[in-house]
Amino acid sequence: MSLQSPLGRALGQGSAKSGVHHWWAERVSAAALVPLGLWFAFALAALPDLTYGSVCAFVAVPCHAVLLVLLVATLTYHSRLGLQVVVDDYVHAKGVKLVTTLMLNFIHAILGVAMVLAVVRLSLGYPT
Amino acid sequence: MAEFSLPANSRYKDIPGKVHAAPIGATKVKAFRIYRFDPESGEKPRIDTYEVDTGKCGPMVLDALLKIKNEVDSSLTFRRSCREGICGSCAMNIDGTNTLACIKAIDDMAGEVRIFPLPHMPVVKDLVPDLTNFYAQYAAVKPWLQTRTPAPPDQERLQSKEDQEKVDKPSACILCACCSTSCPSYWWNSDRYLGPAALLAAYRWIVDSRDEATGERLDELEDPFRLYRCHTIMNCTEACPKDLNPAKAISEIKRLIAERQY
Repeated sequence: MSLQSPLGRALGQGSAKSGVHHWWAERVSAAALVPLGLWFAFALAALPDLTYGSVCAFVAVPCHAVLLVLLVATLTYHSRLGLQVVVDDYVHAKGVKLVTTLMLNFIHAILGVAMVLAVVRLSLGYPT
Repeated sequence: MAEFSLPANSRYKDIPGKVHAAPIGATKVKAFRIYRFDPESGEKPRIDTYEVDTGKCGPMVLDALLKIKNEVDSSLTFRRSCREGICGSCAMNIDGTNTLACIKAIDDMAGEVRIFPLPHMPVVKDLVPDLTNFYAQYAAVKPWLQTRTPAPPDQERLQSKEDQEKVDKPSACILCACCSTSCPSYWWNSDRYLGPAALLAAYRWIVDSRDEATGERLDELEDPFRLYRCHTIMNCTEACPKDLNPAKAISEIKRLIAERQY
């Protein structure tokens, strides 16, 4: 039980004076994912077949590699921003929240780096 | 985690409610199922049923509540004052929707009428929620005119007609709390998220052409919890019994903060 005044409790630790960057980045990355996602869907559909060879040949085209790196990087960034919202909404216990946020960042960093590296490797000459 | 389920002592389905049958000779009977909780009794909450002769009752839900309190059960507790939708006291959850009992017509609802206190707030008694935090959050946005220019000595601070129109709607808020208590983001984070009512009040001063603290107001709101817990669910706008649009006001605040940054 605390005898702190209701106003004192409502004011808490004050404003973080941040949040607009997260809000804006979420929207910009979502907007970027529309053309990138459409391109990816159409490119996949246009492949002659889905064999290892033809997919590797597709990624080997420099323009395709650039777009793929942009797609996976934006996707990872957008996913991290979105899941951060879920954590902020629902996870309240301090320790649990810290661990969840750290895991979220680490997992996205690992996924992002792995996906970019995969595209880079294939674009520089894939092993046959 | 966020509190998704009721605290252990709050399940109203555990206790059978009392039934107050309609008086003999009643012509137009309507059943009201009302949430009852008395913290001093030590009992869990329950749902009591009151059969009311709406043929001998005013047209609104508040009329029925007053009839019950006057003629059947004087222990039924609720807030009310103006009985014409201007004071915001009788806000409650009627048939699943937050609204004012005094302007909700009984005939608009088919079957039994279920009446609960505003959702996800501590209950003081029966239909009376504890709004302490809600009012504190209103006070936290400094809902008054802040200026540096001294007022003219011989007249009011002037405002054009167009500028006045911008505050017409937001200043019509009666602080009934229907919006904030209908908002899931407010349910999960009311300790840190200000909620639609307080944000609408903040917006009312942000768009006021006479106010000179717009920057400071936006600074105070730019916070992942205070403002950005709003995910444009728009239950607030849906619930508002005064037809105001808190959701739009919140998105305007977000736009103003983004505008000065990018």
